Amino acid sequence: MRGRRTTDMLETQSLTIRFGGHAAVDGVTCAFQPGTLTSIVGPNGAGKTTYFNLISGQLPATSGKVRLNGEDITGWPAPRRTRAGLGRAFQLTNLFPNLSALENVRLAVQVRSGHGMGRALDLFSRTTTHRELIDKAREHLAAVSLSDRADAIAATLPHGDQRKLEVAILLALEPDIFMFDEPTAGMSIDEVPTILDIIAAIKARSDKTILLVEHKMDVVRSLSDRIVVLHQGRLVADGKPAAVINSDIVREAYLGGAADV
Amino acid sequence: MLRSILSDDMPRSRWLAIALLAILVGLAFAPFLFPGAKSLNVAARICVFIVLAASFDLLLGYTGIVSFAHTMFFGIGAYGVAIALTRLGPGWAAVGIGIVAGLALAIALAVLIGLFSLRLRTIFFAMITLAVASAVLILASQLSAITGGEDGLNYRLPMALRPSFRPFDGFTGRLLDYYLVFFVSLALVLALLRIVNSPFGSVLMAIRENPFRAEAIGYRTVIYRTLASCIAAATATLAGALLALWSSQTSPDTTLSFDIMVDILLMVVIGGMGTMYGPVIGAVLLVLAQNYLQALVGDRWLLWLGVAFILCVYFFPTGIVGRLRRR
Repeated sequence: MRGRRTTDMLETQSLTIRFGGHAAVDGVTCAFQPGTLTSIVGPNGAGKTTYFNLISGQLPATSGKVRLNGEDITGWPAPRRTRAGLGRAFQLTNLFPNLSALENVRLAVQVRSGHGMGRALDLFSRTTTHRELIDKAREHLAAVSLSDRADAIAATLPHGDQRKLEVAILLALEPDIFMFDEPTAGMSIDEVPTILDIIAAIKARSDKTILLVEHKMDVVRSLSDRIVVLHQGRLVADGKPAAVINSDIVREAYLGGAADV
Repeated sequence: MLRSILSDDMPRSRWLAIALLAILVGLAFAPFLFPGAKSLNVAARICVFIVLAASFDLLLGYTGIVSFAHTMFFGIGAYGVAIALTRLGPGWAAVGIGIVAGLALAIALAVLIGLFSLRLRTIFFAMITLAVASAVLILASQLSAITGGEDGLNYRLPMALRPSFRPFDGFTGRLLDYYLVFFVSLALVLALLRIVNSPFGSVLMAIRENPFRAEAIGYRTVIYRTLASCIAAATATLAGALLALWSSQTSPDTTLSFDIMVDILLMVVIGGMGTMYGPVIGAVLLVLAQNYLQALVGDRWLLWLGVAFILCVYFFPTGIVGRLRRR
């Protein structure tokens, strides 16, 4: 399987993307270690999701590098990065709408089965005969407490359940690096703990790298080992939660950012 | 056993199961149930168009690819066999060479179109397929030295497929030809049914539903789309070869015209996209209507056919199969 190093698993070097003249992410250099949950915070428009898109390959970097286990992956397309262990959950729900919840997850399990493309290039066996993939998908659905909705069509699920399904897909990818983009956005208060418990459980396994974009400061404070602050595309603060949250630069960034909203 | 043959994709509707069974029995015993040259010709055309429509459903209904080049592959298959039989004489070797050459050309074209343009937006891809298909249609009409031009080619079939071949009483080459068409068509449809229910097929549906997310979870969509295009192209080529082996006459009108492209589109949409059984129902209905509606409702049959289509699409937006499976 993939070689795991004790050094930085994921790092970005002067990572930059420009849209026209505007640098949405501007020279961000940052490294993320296994066993660490790093929250990325900042006002709206600070470039958090864009930074995620550059790391997971949804957008091409204008300059700078992304390294995974020391290897330069800046030029890799998104599917290759995912297969190399970078897993991403999306902020806006991004499912396969007319497929069942189970099938949404099973497709992610299928990517990780076997070698290379896994079973996905198997044209002549029946999907239904690969029980191991289906069982594994059911386990991941159970982990987000969606077992009873396995056969429901994804588009018909309530918003909170769609968010849970999004997380189940990420779990099914079995990544080394988990990227959560506002996983609790739009969820009702009583549903939030399910997602936070899952993130805490991943963190407890201690060999995983977790990146979290989140607006709820109480969530960030309780879960994070480290907080990175982005403001207008630049990295403006980086450190322990207590220190970063109380720093002047963060207060300024948030207050300044709030005026733009 | 049945589940395995149908790849666990059961009809899931009693009426659909009855309809499919009726079609299977009707086609399997067509020479005895509906005697006569015309009805046998209709039955053979139904078999061929079921394959053609089902292979188009793999693209349109399962992968979400809108292509107008499907008849081009159908024509390549028909012309492959027709040209080989014309040039090399009526033997099985010529048939084999024609099919292999047709498949090679079709797959090469599908890969080329796929790699160059499947990254484009759906509508641009559709335009490119339209352009390529038009070019091939013009080429087939103009290169009369090879293709026979507008008139097409008339050729002799291998001995065993001719009406004059009578090894024993009550059995003719025509009957053998029909069962060749029937069993190859049946095998191709079941193979397509297996492909759409395979792990590969599940990725195609994921791409149809959300190509962005399919990439994000690790699937290179362009590879899957190109492969699906190749499989559809190869199947359409074989359908064309079957038609050439049945009719002993191949022309642009019967294999490459845009009328046929529209027919295939209607078969898939009316039957139900992304169901594989839908195109089967659609092909049967459309070929029957084209051949018998005139006798039933008179000279304005095309008008009534048009009205029937509009009503069908209006009342069954998910196609006949989608409607039957709803309850």
